[in-house]
Amino acid sequence: MPKRNDLNKILVIGSGPIIIGQAAEFDYSGSQACLSLKEEGYEVVLINSNPATIMTDDEIADEVYIEPITLEFVTKVIEKERPDAILPTLGGQTGLNMAKQLSDNGVLKKYNLELLGTNLNTIEEAEDRDKFKQLMNRLNEPVPESDIANNLNDAKRIAKEIGYPLVIRPAYTLGGTGGGFVYNDHQLEEIVTNGLDLSPVNQVLVEKSIAGYKEIEFEVMRDHYDNALIVASMENVDPVGVHTGDSIVTAPVQTLSDREYQMMRDSALKIIRALKIEGGCNVQMALDPASLQYYIIEVNPRVSRSSALASKATGYPIAKMAAKIAVGLSLSEIKNPITQTTFANFEPTMDYVVTKIPRWPFDKFPTADNTLGTQMKATGEVMAIGRNFEESIQKAMRSLEIGINGIEDIDYRDYQDQQLIDMLTPATDERMFIIFELIRRGHSIDELADKTKINVFFLDKFLHIFEISQQLSANPLNLDLLTTAKKNGFTDQSVAYYWEMNTSDIRKLRIENGITPVYKMVDTAAAEFESKTPYYYSTYEHKNESKVSDNKSVLVIGSGPIRIGQGVEFDYATVHSVQAIQKMGYESIIVNSNPETVSTDFSISDKLYFEPLNLEDILNIIDLEKPVGVVVQFGGQTSINLAKKLADYGIKILGTDVNDINRSEDRDLFNQVIKKLELAQPLGSTATNTPDALKIANRIKYPVLIRPSYVLGGRGMEIVRSDNELKEYMDKAVEVSNDHPVLIDSYLEGSEAEVDVVSDGETVIIPGILEHVERAGVHSGDSMAIYPPQMMSENVKKQIVSSSIKLSKELKVIGLMNIQFVIKDDTAYVIEVNPRASRTVPFMSKVTKTPLAQLATRVMLGHKLSDLGYQDGVLPTDKMIHVKAPVFSFNKIHNMNTLLGPEMKSTGEVMGTGHNLKQALYKAFAASGLKVIQHGNVILSIDENDKNETLALANKLNDCGFNIIADDNNYELLSSKCISSTLINKSELLNDPLEYLRAEQIDLVIDTCNNLDLDAKENKMIREAAVEDNINMFTSLDTINAYLSVIDEHDNLDVEKV
Amino acid sequence: MKKYLVLEDGHVFVGESFGSHKDVYAEIVFNTGMTGYQETITDNSYKGQIVTFTYPIIGNYGINLEDSESDKPAAEAIIVHELARRIGNKRADMTLQEYADENNLPGISGIDTRELTEIIRNKGSMKAAILSEFDWKKVNSLFNKELDNTYVCNNNHGKSMDENKGKTVAVINFGIKDSIIAALQKRNIHVVLFPYEASYEEITSIKPSGILLSNGPGNPENYAVAIPTIQRLEAKYPLMGICLGHQLFALANGAKTYKMKYGHRGFNHAVNDFETNKSNFTSQNHGYAVDAISVTQTNLQITQKEINDGTVEGLKLINRPAFSVQYHPDACPGPHDAEYMFDRFINMMIRNERSLQNA
Repeated sequence: MPKRNDLNKILVIGSGPIIIGQAAEFDYSGSQACLSLKEEGYEVVLINSNPATIMTDDEIADEVYIEPITLEFVTKVIEKERPDAILPTLGGQTGLNMAKQLSDNGVLKKYNLELLGTNLNTIEEAEDRDKFKQLMNRLNEPVPESDIANNLNDAKRIAKEIGYPLVIRPAYTLGGTGGGFVYNDHQLEEIVTNGLDLSPVNQVLVEKSIAGYKEIEFEVMRDHYDNALIVASMENVDPVGVHTGDSIVTAPVQTLSDREYQMMRDSALKIIRALKIEGGCNVQMALDPASLQYYIIEVNPRVSRSSALASKATGYPIAKMAAKIAVGLSLSEIKNPITQTTFANFEPTMDYVVTKIPRWPFDKFPTADNTLGTQMKATGEVMAIGRNFEESIQKAMRSLEIGINGIEDIDYRDYQDQQLIDMLTPATDERMFIIFELIRRGHSIDELADKTKINVFFLDKFLHIFEISQQLSANPLNLDLLTTAKKNGFTDQSVAYYWEMNTSDIRKLRIENGITPVYKMVDTAAAEFESKTPYYYSTYEHKNESKVSDNKSVLVIGSGPIRIGQGVEFDYATVHSVQAIQKMGYESIIVNSNPETVSTDFSISDKLYFEPLNLEDILNIIDLEKPVGVVVQFGGQTSINLAKKLADYGIKILGTDVNDINRSEDRDLFNQVIKKLELAQPLGSTATNTPDALKIANRIKYPVLIRPSYVLGGRGMEIVRSDNELKEYMDKAVEVSNDHPVLIDSYLEGSEAEVDVVSDGETVIIPGILEHVERAGVHSGDSMAIYPPQMMSENVKKQIVSSSIKLSKELKVIGLMNIQFVIKDDTAYVIEVNPRASRTVPFMSKVTKTPLAQLATRVMLGHKLSDLGYQDGVLPTDKMIHVKAPVFSFNKIHNMNTLLGPEMKSTGEVMGTGHNLKQALYKAFAASGLKVIQHGNVILSIDENDKNETLALANKLNDCGFNIIADDNNYELLSSKCISSTLINKSELLNDPLEYLRAEQIDLVIDTCNNLDLDAKENKMIREAAVEDNINMFTSLDTINAYLSVIDEHDNLDVEKV
Repeated sequence: MKKYLVLEDGHVFVGESFGSHKDVYAEIVFNTGMTGYQETITDNSYKGQIVTFTYPIIGNYGINLEDSESDKPAAEAIIVHELARRIGNKRADMTLQEYADENNLPGISGIDTRELTEIIRNKGSMKAAILSEFDWKKVNSLFNKELDNTYVCNNNHGKSMDENKGKTVAVINFGIKDSIIAALQKRNIHVVLFPYEASYEEITSIKPSGILLSNGPGNPENYAVAIPTIQRLEAKYPLMGICLGHQLFALANGAKTYKMKYGHRGFNHAVNDFETNKSNFTSQNHGYAVDAISVTQTNLQITQKEINDGTVEGLKLINRPAFSVQYHPDACPGPHDAEYMFDRFINMMIRNERSLQNA
């Protein structure tokens, strides 16, 4: 059964920018698949708009197009490349949707393109609710019974047929408003009446409720020859009701007997066979905890987030196998890459427990609705491996990096018991912690099980963790207990807390008594076969399996879970660093906790440790491996924050010295550097209390930019315009102390720019200057940015280059550093430096064709830039223009402030490339999902402070042919200048914003009014409705101006390979 | 209470005792299933064996009264990394701990079962002892004793298992699992059990439509008493062999068996069925296998093989309606992929009867 030789060139569609629900897992699966196809000798063409990915590196595919994944541009790539087939199943929902669009528009037919992996019929059968239901009926596989009701009588009749409990889902309401669970006729009447009323089409779906059932997932593979197998089974700790992406998940299933497991396995295999999928597929099911009744919830006919998790949990590389299957190979002839001795037609068996916990963005969006339900809200996830559940979940908990090292850090002292019990349902991101707190307060796990429907098996593990913590408190220095605690995932820091000792003393005591971790291999086979995978996890057992080689090694610390401000860009840099380490002849070792990423693919490094990025866990690895040094510059704030702590233990930090890292991060020390170098800097100072803060603000004059020190992604950063606002900020926004002062800077309303530099301590190279589109005040991660600069004066460029070189030399940078500037009145002010790789490293590496992270790693290991042919200064610029644009996930999370500001909010980025600025901007807008339109209706609600700009914009809008609907203030202003506009109908808007936007056929919303204003309610409603209906929305005047400059640009746009 | 697990090669593990605290001397093997401990413990093929579970938490879903493969534990003892204390399954009637206590099943928890598995993988299945007190001298004399786990016949001669009206199958019992009987009964077969020492005349007196050779523990060569009977039965009746029954079928036709290094115990192994060109995931539990080369000298044909090590997983007679499989098509625990083997057997009986009528 050889691979197909009638195919030569295959187009792979990537997943585009990172959004909630579609994250780094597709970089992992996509790059694996491309390499897998290349390995088989096919020519691979890739289209993906996301520059921050390994997938878009030029060695991953033969031809890489960083172009918008829209019908227009994908068709152009097809026209140019003429592939024989398309593999759409590795680019998430984006890939599948694009395949469908290409088919609907006749592109597949026109170019005689075959779809590999999953055919269109399958996509439809799996994705279309009705067709899916029909298929399940044909297969005799149960789905929750449901029917549509157009009035109360219908609903009552359906309820009688299906039986309670039911869930009512009103059609087309904002975020499913008005729905809910009903358990009796009375509740049915109430909720259905309300739901029908709220639904614009007066319709509700009445469905059997399976909330509280066990949620089970199977990752299934099938080949063309109908061989099919289960790669992994997973059980959600959170029962049905919480999206699986927002659930704590264990692998393998824990609470099913073999009879139940095999019954559901049969069903999963039956479904993949019926769908004729050639590749991977995910089947989600629900099992009644009290009987053998199960339901099929959903099928994803493609690789998914769960398949990435299953790959990392078992070691079985699903995407790689799926790509090979797609070109005709059979599971029985593909070697299992883990064992290298057995075949891929094999169901992995695990001898450890895997736990995944989602990473939510609510720390960044404090006002957002944090309840968990059918809409996924997590931006990323962590995975941990242990030899029991307790060890596994405690490792996962600290991997989240949310300040909870152990259960002793859970703090709900201000809450009454009843409040906490009420907070258990509906589930939120805090539920696990509340459960621990209630256990601590003596609530029984049976009570908690009853309330949450979480299986007592899991709750008992939580209870066990608590019991150990109590035993620790009662028995200081008991070594047997220390061993028990370590076997159950407690850190030295936690033990130190219970024993009232120093963490370092616990570590010493532990090592002296031989209580040290061993590392076990992830081998797909539970040790039945000898394996060669260099993939390990720690546990406290007897035999260590990780053999230290004789080669010199370098340890690279990854960036942990994807969160806002620390995304896939850092994984990109981590992977590149590893590549450089290997090229220089060292053994590379990665430690990371994120299952979605390329860096945790065991084939990337020489050794992979899947561990929390916690000081103790890393020190333990170093104890064993004794690397020549540790690389901390690529894992974002996670790894750089570990630099000093590691150095304190005598560990060699490669690259910039820890003291210099500190000089760049500590505000006062950094000010001294700036003064010494005589560089321009906005006025500012640090304060540790409110009176000082007020004094400083009044001295440097409002508006001021205020933020806590040592944070990531502008967390807690605000522009403050008065004493009152400042007081409020100091009271509420941050915890301020001597250890954690706030930084207060004069807010210069200029433009922004940033550079990434690579230095070896002697030579400083600046790959390029990145010019921001939005003015200062919008976080750099949320700004559009242009390379090379298009508006900047030569004078400013010179200042930026010279300041960057001076700063790098003064801070003795070895490796990478990022420097941010504000430009006002032709002066470039230094506002911030980050002594590490920044989020722009992948973008800059791609546009300057200079692998910055690799170069940085080489200089860290002793190479000299001058020997490599570099000299001080900027690299020559490309003839093409490149624009980076942010992408947001606002439609996934309600009640969050969608206005752009100093706090970062975007989840991903795209790149547009063109021969001129307009072309590049056009592509960047298109790739980020904005509809580029030439005319239509626009709502205008611009801050009063920007009168002049409002007028200019309004004129431009009118010239372009847009009809303006203005808010009160704007209407008044425009009328006074005789600019035509319509006054917004406030009462209609307030009554039903979504309906209003639809009735008025709104195409654009321009809203820059800060939420603190009195009119905030209306603005908030407009923005939420715009997000819900996917209407183009602009909250910065610079962005809308850029948009208006390119709306006529769409002709003559070519696609360019990288 | 502390217990020692001593291996023939000198390795000693210390763990916590549960269930019966009695000492045990038996062969140690490992099973890689992530579910199915209940079925495994009660499977008679594990008689005379200490079973190590590679999955690290065992007992998660307790023990229920429905899923056992025989009425009492068959394994001599079980080794686990961790025993679950709370059950996560409402079908359970008791915890594994309670079951072990009630049924006098010795167990040890707190063992590095992965290390133990690696030892068995590298050195092969070996003798092992579970002891409360540890003394090398005593241990060495213990290890000199030979082990024999051949199934001891009970006296259920011609025991009718049901009132089914379908075809009658005489099942020769070498230590049968209940799921084999259930798989036949599900197909409306009338099952009649015979001990393996039963005579040809005794078995044929019930006028069976077919013969099934069951699974069972130990070395197939220790069941020589059954070989002539099998030879006579296969010459006249459609026959299916499972596991030990497969090995005896091979021996009866002149092939040879050998002891595997550490056997196949688990259910994630794929087997290619050359007759359908499909692969199945199969439930496996065997320490002996049929020698593929020895088959070439016989009337047997290899019909199925394990895809990785090429173990003979299926045989048939080229001139008679008789076949066998090394794995358990009855699953329990494990996948149901190969359940169609029972249908194949039934079709064989139907065709056979038709041809007899036509003759």
